[in-house]
Amino acid sequence: MDALLNILISKANYWLYIILMMIGLYGIMVKKNLVKKIIGLNILQTAVILFFISVGAKEKATIPIIEHGNDTVHAAVSASHYINPLPHVLMLTAIVVAVATLGVALALVIRIHQQYHTLEEEEILKRIQET
Amino acid sequence: MRIVGLILVVILGSVLFYGSLAFPPWGDPASPASSHLSPYYIEKAMEDTSVPNLVTAVLADYRGYDTMFETIVIFAAGIACIVLLRTFKETESGSRLYRHIPTGITLKIDKKGRFPEDSVVFERIDSHWVPHDLIVKTTCRLIVPFIQIFALYVIAHGHHSPGGGFQGGVILGAAMIIYAIAFNLRSAIRRMSERSAVMLSSLGVFIYAGTGALCMLFGLNYLDYSALAGLLGVDPVTARSHGILIVEIGVGIAVMAVIVTLYYNLASAGRHDEGL
Repeated sequence: MDALLNILISKANYWLYIILMMIGLYGIMVKKNLVKKIIGLNILQTAVILFFISVGAKEKATIPIIEHGNDTVHAAVSASHYINPLPHVLMLTAIVVAVATLGVALALVIRIHQQYHTLEEEEILKRIQET
Repeated sequence: MRIVGLILVVILGSVLFYGSLAFPPWGDPASPASSHLSPYYIEKAMEDTSVPNLVTAVLADYRGYDTMFETIVIFAAGIACIVLLRTFKETESGSRLYRHIPTGITLKIDKKGRFPEDSVVFERIDSHWVPHDLIVKTTCRLIVPFIQIFALYVIAHGHHSPGGGFQGGVILGAAMIIYAIAFNLRSAIRRMSERSAVMLSSLGVFIYAGTGALCMLFGLNYLDYSALAGLLGVDPVTARSHGILIVEIGVGIAVMAVIVTLYYNLASAGRHDEGL
């Protein structure tokens, strides 16, 4: 029982992100509406971002900003006191790029709606074949 | 289709669940992700760059190329949005609504009529229902300067506290969007025209890439800010800290301008006429 509880505690974050990722993937595959597909894509993206952030976590460590960094002269900094800054760097840029690419996706959706007056995938395909 | 999707998702999910058992436990200090490269960053970033915020140091210095091309991706997204959506055609109906401010009467003027464009007593309103929104406008007028000051603080203080160019740029762009929502799209475009937004986004990328090129002119590698020590009159370590600030300002300008461009185009479907 204790072993099972340990696994649950140490892996619960990954499971949460896997569930979130699968919700996003389901939305991309099954939903017919293009805006709903984009929402699914964003949920998937959020799951990946949260996964990276949780990989950077360390027990008994604080945020990666060195305390009184400019006051003390070359005080030794131990890596175990600060969480891993690398996932934060990667995800920081990924979030802003996600916003920008979301803008492009919505622009494409607006163009499709101007052209075919619908966002339902099947109707768009029907109208493409008609022309 | 729904059933097939559900089955696929469940299969993939259970494979990932099984795989997650081999992952390091949450918060493990000895996990592979935290044991190869990141200890170097944590222990040496202060000596190398004198920037206490390790995320900023890694973002703009150690991984400068990555960040530069991310900025270019954002810039390209803004340009792509303009290319996809921007149209210069008039709206189909061509008629416009004007509100007489002292009496609150709304006039509909057809395409052939004369639009009171520069009149003080008439204001143009969107063709959808627009209420009198004194509280929203006044609150927005009060709050926008503080949002912008906070954004500048986030950019400028990114060395010592959570913050930096991306975050500050997004907050600056959000200030512009809140102005456009509370008033309307046309008054926002009067404050910051489409042309200046595009110019600013390319200026931001130019600042970043130009700083890198300047380092090459002084004889070191691209984006090695310690080359700027002579120009800035400080020692090479402090020069790296200042170089990070310069590129963060460039990133902030680019992100702000791209967010504003995206909003202008998406809100009005490229017509820059009536939005939201």
